[in-house]
Amino acid sequence: MPVSKEKLDEVALSEKEYQLIVERLGREPTEVELGMFGALWSEHCGYKHSRALLRQFPSKSKRVLVKPGEENAGVIDIGDGLVIIMKIESHNHPSAIEPYQGAATGVGGIVRDIFTMGARPIALMNSLRFGSLTDSRNRYLFGGVVGGIAGYGNCLGIPDIGGEIYFADCYSGNPLVNALCLGIAEAKHLVRARAHGEGNLLMLVGADTGRDGLHGASGLASRTFEDERELRSAVQVGNPFLEKLLIEACLELAKTDWIAGMQDLGAAGLTSSAVESASRGGGGIEIDVLKAPRREKGMTPYEVMLSESQERMLVVVKKGYEGKVKALFDRWELRSDIIGRVTGGGLVRIKEGKKTVAEVPVNVLSSSPVYRKRVKKPEWINRLQSFDVNSTPDLPRKKVKSALLRLLASPNIASKNCVYRQYDHQVGNNTVVVPGSDAAVLRIKGTKKAISLTTDGNGRYCYVNPYLGGVIAVSEAARNLACSGAQPLAITDCLNFGNPEKDDVYYQLKECIAGMARASREFKIPVISGNVSLYNETRGEAVYPTPVVGMVGLIEDVAEHCTSGFKNEGDLVFLLGEGNIIDSSIGSSEYLELIHGMIKGNPYIDLELEKRLQRCCLEAIKRGLINSAHDCAEGGLAVALAESCLANRIGFVSSEWEIQGRLDAALFGEAQSRIVASIAPKSSWKLLKLADRYQIAATKLGVVGGKRFILKGYMDLSLKEIEEAWRGGLEELL
Amino acid sequence: MKFGIIIFPGTWSDKDCYYSLKDILRQKVDYIWHKETDLSEYDCVVLPGGFSYGDYLRPGAIARFSPVMASLERFAAEGKLVIGICNGFQILCESGLLPGALLRNVHLEYRCQWTHLKVENISTAFTSRCQNGKALKIPISHYEGRYYADEATLSELEADKRVVFRYSTPTGQVTESANPNGSLRNIAGIINKRGNILGMMPHPERSCEPLLGSIDGNVIWESIIASI
Repeated sequence: MPVSKEKLDEVALSEKEYQLIVERLGREPTEVELGMFGALWSEHCGYKHSRALLRQFPSKSKRVLVKPGEENAGVIDIGDGLVIIMKIESHNHPSAIEPYQGAATGVGGIVRDIFTMGARPIALMNSLRFGSLTDSRNRYLFGGVVGGIAGYGNCLGIPDIGGEIYFADCYSGNPLVNALCLGIAEAKHLVRARAHGEGNLLMLVGADTGRDGLHGASGLASRTFEDERELRSAVQVGNPFLEKLLIEACLELAKTDWIAGMQDLGAAGLTSSAVESASRGGGGIEIDVLKAPRREKGMTPYEVMLSESQERMLVVVKKGYEGKVKALFDRWELRSDIIGRVTGGGLVRIKEGKKTVAEVPVNVLSSSPVYRKRVKKPEWINRLQSFDVNSTPDLPRKKVKSALLRLLASPNIASKNCVYRQYDHQVGNNTVVVPGSDAAVLRIKGTKKAISLTTDGNGRYCYVNPYLGGVIAVSEAARNLACSGAQPLAITDCLNFGNPEKDDVYYQLKECIAGMARASREFKIPVISGNVSLYNETRGEAVYPTPVVGMVGLIEDVAEHCTSGFKNEGDLVFLLGEGNIIDSSIGSSEYLELIHGMIKGNPYIDLELEKRLQRCCLEAIKRGLINSAHDCAEGGLAVALAESCLANRIGFVSSEWEIQGRLDAALFGEAQSRIVASIAPKSSWKLLKLADRYQIAATKLGVVGGKRFILKGYMDLSLKEIEEAWRGGLEELL
Repeated sequence: MKFGIIIFPGTWSDKDCYYSLKDILRQKVDYIWHKETDLSEYDCVVLPGGFSYGDYLRPGAIARFSPVMASLERFAAEGKLVIGICNGFQILCESGLLPGALLRNVHLEYRCQWTHLKVENISTAFTSRCQNGKALKIPISHYEGRYYADEATLSELEADKRVVFRYSTPTGQVTESANPNGSLRNIAGIINKRGNILGMMPHPERSCEPLLGSIDGNVIWESIIASI
């Protein structure tokens, strides 16, 4: 073989893959071609190990106008001529190396994915995972990531409406930084990411091309890495101001009929955006790398094609309109250069002046191999699942108070306000429910509608049981939307896993996707976009299998939205849903890890019950019966009640609870399918009737009021005490 | 009466100002690109928030050289009303139309949160509809909002009743804990000597609807409308 092992390593291709390339081309690839194959056949761009599994996800519903795959993201019709688009993407490895820029460019990349389709980005969210903040390196990563998200996102004028932040040791050194962006467009102004129409021109817009980010897709995102220093140059530096100009200019352009398509430059830079748009357009392209403006002298064609310099767009300009398009970009003080054209031959031809440096059929480049593995359940997962709850002593009554305070102060549960106040979550004048409730709510101007947005994914559940963890991630996201009064519309997912070439990791990936697919089908929610981030490992140890489910829902009338906080003195509090709390529901709970130092025991969910519960909750909100709804999640019932008190600083007094089984399971167990709702006493009979109709248990828990949090016979705390624990838990560690 | 909203590259509160003025307050309003120089149609010009020129160098330091700024100076010299919000306030200070400077928040963090403003002078063109002693609930969103000026300037501002808004508690107490960014003397907004240019860090355009949590920003817009 004429290519060295080192060279193949650099582009992250195996010898087998190299031979496949030679076979398909009928010759050895040139250096530029090899680099392009490496990028496009990387896990990040080519989804080699996940594509076969991802096919299980449902992608259709009557609201899906454009299916995922046809474009950067699927498109959802919300009526009134409006559509929404959303996508989530990881920037884990760049953030592990350079947290500020890694996170900042993660935001920049996902925003480009949205406005490239002609949609105005109206919301950002982030799902973050870090190692324990007692470690100074993790504090540095945390501060850098939050700073980068704030620094980039705030400059764009797109509200960042929250998301989630969790901590576990497995993320130490390999944080997860997932960024979600949602955009809205008039259906008629959607732009396709396809290079079609022979003779149309390819225009590169925005930043100059530099040597930054070479091998980002193939190296950084598609394998594990040991020495961060060697890869620092693979992290790009963001320029949010330039991005803001690109947003405005491209959205203006989207309303004209001067262009045939538009595609952002993300992972694998010009290579992937050119080849992907050619592939969608069905034709070919020709690019002269000498025409691309460069940041540095002496850049080779290889470097130009693989640079991941940020804030660049590839616009397919209809022939004859190039003057108009250029004038538009000039007005925004953006550089634009014609670098090539659409051809008819189905070939990607890269030239350097007159010399051809690469010439490959589009379909060969864009069809990476698909890998499947036969794997069986690892023995260690069996051990995690076989948990005998009786081997752990129940919580004594006198320790209930301190356990609650510890849970509230746990960074996983504690208030994230010290983070969210650093993000502009109000710009745009749409944010009705700010970060901190179960789901954020944005109204849609010019209509009565609102959308609700959430991200969810419990890595601990997935570690113990990847399948159920996947089911629960989707179910919980839908439940969060239900608590805000929104009917789920669509999912975008980010799958953060370890090295899929290892059997155990592949098993986790396979099971988790199967679980998510099952729940998505049950709830009839299509998956419209997503991203796979594999190779999240440090020193051979994989992170928890962590699927992040971003879900958007529709509220037909914004006046009918609901929030998680108690509102009125005297309202009755009910627990809707799973009434039968089994002792083993402390399995995999925050409580079990925090108080007993154990990560064990299956989570549990009954999907039929879950569906009935969500439908019941939605109807109760729509009919205006309930005044608050809050999902019981990490920390269980006691924490959910405390959080509902803290939202508006109003107390709760329980009725006399008769706890049958274990005390810890009743108070802190994480049985799914439970919602804490408050309701005016005069309406309670209606709620009971409704619950009965849906065959949902509705258990009266107590009354809203006062300035104390009282569980009769178990604890009596002032709101001030629980607030101090909850507000300070995270902030004090920083 | 007609409002004009200036857009610099990097401005982002333009749409929120436009929406509030047009859809909530039913006013005539236009966008003004920063390269335009004719402001003769307008009675009040808004310099909105955002990150003009990315806030590179210093917030407002580059925007002040935009062509529209020379016109704005003449516009203000005619006694017409100018309101600079957030980045707009920073631009007004950079261009010398208002005294002082906006420094990085004392805790070195961006802050987006609700604040309450004690209205210190209700006889300005921007506050005539405010009630004495009633604090306004209006949010901030900035990294560089710590008002700073030398002692002499501060004393002069206070003596002339040109400190219009101070960060306060919901009941109007001016306390240290109510100060979100370390501004000297809790200053959130000031006017020029003539009283026709207001600069403020909080965003009144974000508090014009009950759905979004407050309608107190309307009082400022209504005062402007009433004064023309």
